[in-house]
Amino acid sequence: MKTEKNVQNEMPQEKPKGRPGLDFKILARVFRMLVKSAPVMVPVIVACIIFCSICAVMPAVFQQKVIAIIEEALDNGWTWEYSKSLIIPVVLLLISFYVLNIVSQTAYRLMIATVTQGFLAKTRKEMFEKMQNLPISYFDTHKHGDIMSTYTNDIDTLRELVSQAFPQLLTSGMIVVGVFCIMLYYSIWLALIVVAGVLAMLAVSGKLGGGSAKYFIRAQKSMGKTEGFIQEMMNGQKVVKVFTHEKACVQDFDKINDALYEDNYRAHAYANTLGPIIMNIGNLLYVITATVGGVLLLAKVPNPSIQSLLNGVGLGVLTIDIVIPFLNMTKQFTGNVNQLAQQVNTIAMASAGAKRVFELMDTVPEADDGYVTLVNCEIAADGTITETDKHTGHWAWKHPHQADGTVTYTELKGDVRLTDVDFEYVPGKQVLYDVSVYAEPGQKVAFVGATGAGKTTITNLINRFYDIADGKIRYDGINVNKIKKSDLRRSLGIVLQDTNLFTGSVMDNIRYGKLDATDEECIAAAKLAGADDFITRLPGGYNTELSNNGANLSQGQRQLIAIARCAVADPPVMILDEATSSIDTRTEAIVQRGMDKLMEGRTTFVIAHRLSTVRNSDVIMVLDHGHIIERGNHEKLIAEKGTYYRLYTGAFELE
Amino acid sequence: MFRRILKSVREFKTPTIITFICMVVEAGIECVIPFITAELINQLKNPDMHISSVIIKGLELLGMAVISLSAGWIGGRTCAKASAGFAKNLRSDLFAKIQGFSFESVDKFSSASLVTRLTTDVSNAQMSYMMCNRLAIRCPLMFIFSIFMGFFMGGKLALTFVVIIPILTFGLILIAKKAMPAFRSVFRKYDKLNESIEENVRGMRVVKGFSREDYEKNKFANATDAICRDFTKAEKIVALNNPLMVICMNFNMAFVLIVGSKLIIGGGTSLDVGHMSSMLTYGMQILMSLMMLSMIYVILTISMESLRRINEVLEEKSNLTNPENPVYEIADGSVDFEGVRFKYSSEAKKYALDEINLHIPAGATVGVIGGTGSSKSTFVQLIPRLYDVTEGCVRVGGRDVREYDLDTLRQNVSMVLQKNMLFSGTITENLRWGNAEATDDEIAEAAELAQAGEFVKSFREGYDKYIEQGGANVSGGQKQRLCIARALLRKPKILILDDSTSAVDTRTDALIREGFKKYIPSTTKIIIAQRIASVQEADMIIVLDGGRISAVGKHEELLRTSDIYREVYEQQVNGKGDDGDEN
Repeated sequence: MKTEKNVQNEMPQEKPKGRPGLDFKILARVFRMLVKSAPVMVPVIVACIIFCSICAVMPAVFQQKVIAIIEEALDNGWTWEYSKSLIIPVVLLLISFYVLNIVSQTAYRLMIATVTQGFLAKTRKEMFEKMQNLPISYFDTHKHGDIMSTYTNDIDTLRELVSQAFPQLLTSGMIVVGVFCIMLYYSIWLALIVVAGVLAMLAVSGKLGGGSAKYFIRAQKSMGKTEGFIQEMMNGQKVVKVFTHEKACVQDFDKINDALYEDNYRAHAYANTLGPIIMNIGNLLYVITATVGGVLLLAKVPNPSIQSLLNGVGLGVLTIDIVIPFLNMTKQFTGNVNQLAQQVNTIAMASAGAKRVFELMDTVPEADDGYVTLVNCEIAADGTITETDKHTGHWAWKHPHQADGTVTYTELKGDVRLTDVDFEYVPGKQVLYDVSVYAEPGQKVAFVGATGAGKTTITNLINRFYDIADGKIRYDGINVNKIKKSDLRRSLGIVLQDTNLFTGSVMDNIRYGKLDATDEECIAAAKLAGADDFITRLPGGYNTELSNNGANLSQGQRQLIAIARCAVADPPVMILDEATSSIDTRTEAIVQRGMDKLMEGRTTFVIAHRLSTVRNSDVIMVLDHGHIIERGNHEKLIAEKGTYYRLYTGAFELE
Repeated sequence: MFRRILKSVREFKTPTIITFICMVVEAGIECVIPFITAELINQLKNPDMHISSVIIKGLELLGMAVISLSAGWIGGRTCAKASAGFAKNLRSDLFAKIQGFSFESVDKFSSASLVTRLTTDVSNAQMSYMMCNRLAIRCPLMFIFSIFMGFFMGGKLALTFVVIIPILTFGLILIAKKAMPAFRSVFRKYDKLNESIEENVRGMRVVKGFSREDYEKNKFANATDAICRDFTKAEKIVALNNPLMVICMNFNMAFVLIVGSKLIIGGGTSLDVGHMSSMLTYGMQILMSLMMLSMIYVILTISMESLRRINEVLEEKSNLTNPENPVYEIADGSVDFEGVRFKYSSEAKKYALDEINLHIPAGATVGVIGGTGSSKSTFVQLIPRLYDVTEGCVRVGGRDVREYDLDTLRQNVSMVLQKNMLFSGTITENLRWGNAEATDDEIAEAAELAQAGEFVKSFREGYDKYIEQGGANVSGGQKQRLCIARALLRKPKILILDDSTSAVDTRTDALIREGFKKYIPSTTKIIIAQRIASVQEADMIIVLDGGRISAVGKHEELLRTSDIYREVYEQQVNGKGDDGDEN
């Protein structure tokens, strides 16, 4: 049974990365976290398990007692009435043991459920909180699928570990030790035979377990490869059909699929045979023990045992009432060794999973040394600014000066200046060179250029998703490095090309821009963005539930909602990164009026592929490989007859 | 449903049957072993025991162990083979089935869900197949064997089974019944939680952009706590399995010890100490097999959802089938639409295309213009029968498209889709999708015609350049030109470009069209475009609006007669340099 279960868990969990093995440091950390999450319950559970294990070992002792009585009764011709008085107390004692066992067993099983889930919830929350604080670069450099699998597969391995492997390890371990003690108590000779058998089992399970782990890793790799192929073909399914390429695809797939089968088969073949082998070594052990026991019985060889040592009666001889329970103990012993062997896989998987969980948790979070904050303010007629708790519609940067302990206030206007900015994502690969951009409050600044020219990078620097290597960025005259990141970003509205909507109603999604916005404010924002028209035509209007990133909407509609989301935040500075790319030109022309109104009085950075979107900008920057090669308004650039002119006349292709 | 899915076992029936046999043998022996051990114990107990008789029994037992080991070993391997093979066949069947899907079915399932069905769901099916294979026969057998042997050997002692079996069965059923819905609801919530994590990972720029980290943390903490509560509740129910089992085991032990000793001491039975200890083993085996049966039940229920989803794909009926006596010859590239109406699903209220009547002569160049949602793509997709009309008919070369062999039709009607795609592989490999037998010269020729030759030659590896998945390492414009070259290699009678030059500059775009005119004059060319410039010189321009033909004519004509056309034209001329829609 255990075999099936483990195998089932191995499939999704095993990752090609890293050799499976027991990393005790990591396991110890998991255990520490576990204890911390339930400092009372964990010790109680451990105590209960130890108690239950002792209970599980005891029946052998009672069985021996009862059999001894029966033998005696038969030998001496006692009647049942007489023997009863001897047997019943033993059984009653046994039953009281049982009752205690069941009570503590029930208690600790229930506690394990609570502890496991509490631990998982705590770990998940901690992971998520840590993740929220990670810099954008983490998400840009890690595959989203990998991050997701930490939350799903890796956490699942921890569940197995905490709810099954740890308790089983303790239980089986205790039983093995306990049984072994009792064995020694009865007969050292027989105990030694069992030890030899167990060593053989461990050797076999180590070898087979290693083999199965190796093939599981291979199977996982093939699975990844197959998945990649499937993904590509499913995405391109329509192209496949248009080119009647179906048969060729099936052939290619069969090749990959066959390889997957081969590895899959081998991995499971190893895992499936482990159980029968161990159990039959157990049978073998049973026979040997019985035979040797028989020989010892016959030969009346002295039987050294702790019992005899304790009783001080010298070395007794082996008796039948010892051999029979001993044989049962052999079974119990092998059964538990089997359990232990089966846990090894789970633990190896969990230590690999925990490693990835810890990797995520240990990643250095986004640093924020900013101390300039954004506050509500009132501006007097003479221009003096006073801070207030009320929502005034006016904002100011509160700038405490450490040197003299004074605080100055600067009105939030939306003046953004980049001076001689250099930047590189990866050391040695510079993407921006000496970029200087001055955006005065209310101006519309556009960036034009091929993919990879550095347009998006510039906006990433303004809101400090990334930090510049050299140069200066000032916001209302304040170095952005001094501004608290959350306040800086609050003052910037961003609409990206890849729109991300969240599960919830359309209204909730718009309100994401300003959590305390009223329905009216949200609808007004949607109207401004030109989204109101289509939203009201949705089956549920503003209450239409979106799921799966708004899969039931067109890309253009999603962009309109994203613009509305930005509008409701009412930021003094907006960044529109290809925000209208999926809205067709006719609709864009209709939306344009709203967009123009939205941009009124705000500093706006626009990135667009479509030149009609950027034409009316105050300044257009043409970027090429990280350099600004042309700058000026539309008329000026056209007159210059440079790159912009060629782009505009269609003689030159972007991207 | 099971029958359909199990069809995929095919050549792995033999290992499946061998597994069954091995499991029967293993279960049988596992039940006989306690019997022999009882004998062995009695031999040991015999006052005039001979070591030889102990050894004989030992050897018997050893023999049993060897058989059981072989059966376990063989069964384990054949079971692995059968289940891995079943999964392989199932995956292959699903994949082949999907290859036969119509566009409608692809839309219905969505590619993401098809991927899940082919991967996770098949893995689940494999696991349950393996479980059933090894345990579904073994457990009931063990159960029956053990009861039989128990009564055979223990006589009255077996009455203990009469008590424990109903208790355990009843208890397990109760627990499973209570736990299943609890688990199902937890899993649903769990899926939702994962979705929301995914949303956060993907939308991290939005979260950070709006400084919503704390808001998201709160939201997540609440969702996690809710799951924690529900999950704990569900797991607590299942946690009762174990104490229940222990109660039964303990009862068995106490009963056997008391009643057993009474019977033995009281005399008058064949029962002895050896049998008594075997009764404990049988009791254990009965309990274990019941326990495993309940586990099979739980796992099957959980994987039922996967099986259902697999079955859904296998059962999908393609409404686009080859006719009985298909036509393999297409006369020419003329296209006729006669009273065509079309909607994507029978439930849809609105027709995506309505009242389309049109004749396109062979060799003509046709432009199609219209805004988003005007059904331009739908219109052309009816020609290679990617979808079937709802009413009316589409003719190619004078015959209804439904009369042709599908492959023949699509060979001759080559289409460059709007959402186009290159596959991982070299440029040559990608272009050969158009024609597997194309020579290198033909490939170069097609590439030149699509204005792709120049940039391909600029790559260090030329035509051997490796294209990453989805064509990630070439620019949008380059990708589009390669896709056109691929379509040209088919040497089609009809060539359809669905907004396929949007990322190509206007000059190159013009060169491509010029090439068409010069080198493939007899091919009917249908061009959907955002840019008026791309269709301006066409023999015929179709203006679509809301799924209807709003106007048909030449450029000058439409400027006069069609408001929509004029509006688009003026907007593009005034706001010149418009690069069109780029998706």
